[in-house]
Amino acid sequence: MNTVDLQHVAEEEQQRQQQLNLRLFLCYSTPCLSAGAERVKNALDGLCDELDEEQRPTLEIVATGCMGPCSRGPLLRLARCDEPEEIYEKVTPEMACNIVRAALAAQSAAAEPLPSDFPFFACQTLIALENNGRIDPEQIIHSIARGAYSSLGHVLHEMTPEQVCNEITRSGLRGRGGGGYPTGVKWELVRKAQAERKYVVANGDEGDPGAYMDRTIMESDPHRVLEGMAIAGYACGAEQGYIYVRGEYPLAAARLAKAIKDAERRGLLGSRVLDSSFNFRIDLRVGAGAFVCGEETALMTSIMGRRGQPVPRPPYPAQRGLWGFPTLINNVETFASVAPIMREGAEWFAGFGTEKSKGTKVFALCGEVVNSGLIEVQMGTSLRDIVFAIGGGLPDGGTFKAAQTGGPSGGCIPADHLDTPVDYESLQALGSIMGSGGLIVMNETSCMPDVAKFFMEFCMDESCGKCVPCRVGTIEMLELLTRITDGSAMDEDLQTLEDLCHLVQETSLCGLGMTAPNPVLNTLHYFRDEYLAHIRDNRCPAGVCRLDQVPLLKLPEHAEQLTIFKEEH
Amino acid sequence: MSVITLTINGELVSARSGQSLLEAIRDQGISLPTLCYLDGLSTRGGCRLCLVEISGQARLQPACTTTAGEGMVVVTHNDKINRYRKMILELTFAERNHTCAVCVSNEHCELQTLAAELGMDHVRYDYLNPQLGIDISHEKYGVDHNRCILCLRCVRVCDEVEGAHTWDVRHRGIASRVITDLNRPWGESESCTECGKCVEVCPTGALFDKGMSVGEMKKKTNFLRRILDGREKNQWNR
Amino acid sequence: MAETVKKIRLATVWLGGCSGCHMSLLDLDEALIDLLTRADLVYGPLVDAKKYPEDVDICLVEGAVTNVENLELARHIRTNTRTVISFGDCAVTGNVTSMRNRIPVSDLLNAVYHEVSAPIGPEALKVLPALLKKVIPLHQAIKVDLFLPGCPPHPERIAAVLQALVNGDDVDLPADMRTFG
Repeated sequence: MNTVDLQHVAEEEQQRQQQLNLRLFLCYSTPCLSAGAERVKNALDGLCDELDEEQRPTLEIVATGCMGPCSRGPLLRLARCDEPEEIYEKVTPEMACNIVRAALAAQSAAAEPLPSDFPFFACQTLIALENNGRIDPEQIIHSIARGAYSSLGHVLHEMTPEQVCNEITRSGLRGRGGGGYPTGVKWELVRKAQAERKYVVANGDEGDPGAYMDRTIMESDPHRVLEGMAIAGYACGAEQGYIYVRGEYPLAAARLAKAIKDAERRGLLGSRVLDSSFNFRIDLRVGAGAFVCGEETALMTSIMGRRGQPVPRPPYPAQRGLWGFPTLINNVETFASVAPIMREGAEWFAGFGTEKSKGTKVFALCGEVVNSGLIEVQMGTSLRDIVFAIGGGLPDGGTFKAAQTGGPSGGCIPADHLDTPVDYESLQALGSIMGSGGLIVMNETSCMPDVAKFFMEFCMDESCGKCVPCRVGTIEMLELLTRITDGSAMDEDLQTLEDLCHLVQETSLCGLGMTAPNPVLNTLHYFRDEYLAHIRDNRCPAGVCRLDQVPLLKLPEHAEQLTIFKEEH
Repeated sequence: MSVITLTINGELVSARSGQSLLEAIRDQGISLPTLCYLDGLSTRGGCRLCLVEISGQARLQPACTTTAGEGMVVVTHNDKINRYRKMILELTFAERNHTCAVCVSNEHCELQTLAAELGMDHVRYDYLNPQLGIDISHEKYGVDHNRCILCLRCVRVCDEVEGAHTWDVRHRGIASRVITDLNRPWGESESCTECGKCVEVCPTGALFDKGMSVGEMKKKTNFLRRILDGREKNQWNR
Repeated sequence: MAETVKKIRLATVWLGGCSGCHMSLLDLDEALIDLLTRADLVYGPLVDAKKYPEDVDICLVEGAVTNVENLELARHIRTNTRTVISFGDCAVTGNVTSMRNRIPVSDLLNAVYHEVSAPIGPEALKVLPALLKKVIPLHQAIKVDLFLPGCPPHPERIAAVLQALVNGDDVDLPADMRTFG
């Protein structure tokens, strides 16, 4: 297939779609499936079968990837020719059939669609997620109709690798995995590296609790990621790519595997991509359930078939990566932003966002918000807009207490800072991080030491064990946090905890350990009084902790706390 | 062999190009503590004791895995680094049951010696007191997990020098354990050649010759250099 | 008359340990005589005093904190002593005494007093002080000023520490006198 063929295939499919009278997009991503999307699909399929010969060919049901407001699923989008789209929430099989029957009869349905100016959608800017909910991720033709691989074709035939790197640099795109390293600089480093072989790796080992941006992108629009990788391969001079998917994401892995095969079959990947001299193969690697494999060096050892443990940097992957060769490693979301940049131009992309953080960022908004789900907003959008406009505020009249960003490597942003623009630098200045995009909203019933303890337990469990500060430091920090939350802490424990946090932060081998103390340090900074209330007043302001243990020194006065052998025998 | 110059603790010194920073520092007679490092084995950077400050680098770097570079300005000891080294040792002691008084390697243990040298006189963290076993199924050797610090010298020497790869690690984080042959008892290992290199390189009393009592287990790691140099010079193939 | 120099008030305490550290103290031999010209031994298993006195200058605490009685005594020592020394590995690290930490207390007492017939039998439980869930080193119970490791600490170490303290000098043991074990 060459670029002309690709264009032709795309136009044919677009025409086919335009001729349809009614297109039904049913969100078939994991959250909606768990809310019953499969039953809705079965009912709709049944309804289709009942239709007469005339009506049936004018209707299409598309099982799509994520549409966004996951807490309102299953979601059904109705597209009729010449009429505005409608989105229905919490669709049941009966409701779905009624909606479709009404639409076919050109009547208004009993169910109300979401308002067209629904802020959840209106406040978003979709770039990485632009195809989500509009294509069947398992049908390459749907992706092609929406322009997939056209950027790749353009790049391969019209641009030099150097120009591609420049374009990415000028776009201001930064690593979406959390680090925020300028993507163009990284590409340029790998491009300039002299080596017999180079590799491109997509990091889809998303492990932060509550985060599912990468999963959704891989599940909803796999070709977008593959195209980004292929463009990167061309720009850097790599002929082999690996996409590393978390073991807990079997659906994403299956869809990617199918997407790779489909793209290869059409000559969009593999040898002589789009009739150019560029060869690019992508292989899928599935992780075995270790959070640390999201760290780039650990991820690469895992790809090479070794124990998934990090190695000290420098040397950076761009210098010595897979099997010692220069390797470009970017997050899945970063790759998903590449094709639109090449299509629309760097200036277009740089027109979104803030001075230092360009473009958009996908967040998984969850916790105490009315609308939880997956969102994509311009960098620099205020936290207030995200939580209250898009998220619809807190349910049941709850009061916003803090938003946790960056998962176990991040921190909590208190209510005073609700107007902070969400970008790399601002979040860092508040002692949190952008992270991969998990955003958990908490109300007054969240106890901060308890939150810190939760994340510490996570890090302790996920520490690979290679370096001492992380392996032992995390469990010792957890011990101290446990004491604080069970009432047995003493004043000096807080100092011990803080000292230990700094040690682990500064001496750990990889990012897991370096950032594991962040939730503690950050909550200590903003919510120190809560820690002190636990320790000094034996009181949990949020009413979460039981505080039923006593400090060691008070044990003689609390003999009942001791495990004493009573005369049972 | 080209020579580079760098500054260590304010002194301008020279080192061989390609040499590790650790070697360059030790060549100056400066004592830099290490536990996972052993001359002759691949470097690991896991014990974090040889962390040093390098100008221009935001973070402390392990000297063992860093190549000495022209013009580097390195500080090997200062209040912060000394404090961190002590804390790391405290964590190491807290992790398992290092009851020095009843250890086969008492008075001949690298961990014990380092603690004294660095002035780590007490552990302020909770001792974790894990339930760990001892495997004495092997005819000649035993492994006491209570005393293992996961430096993985055994794993590396077995893989890189002996070529048997009997040792490996199971599980992760605080639950990590060294294992023989996919976690079979050492005595049932089919890959173990009984060469005893692992025992000799073990810095603590975790690996020992059977029959040794308290303080009797003395180890010699200098054999490693001899073997490797001999190999390089083809001394064993006459 | 020669000016009488105020003697140092020295105490020794035996918590959860084997008394080996006290044996090592006795092994100071003739140095003990010198020491006692400068210090009064005001409390300890080696003397008769029943109650830990007030205003003690130096206290050598042998053994780990294993029960409530130890804990109370440790607190009492702290309030009445200027320089508290963790004397020997059990006080410093928990050492052999803390090896019971891997066994639940009830199992432990069962094994000692029920399953085998201990010399004093099950009735001993009525008078035993309550055991802590975990044996802890002294510094986790009270603030400790000095650590004198060793199992037991060699008399040389003890002499070096006490001499320095009696002379009012800083204690600075060389590395080979600071080892555990």
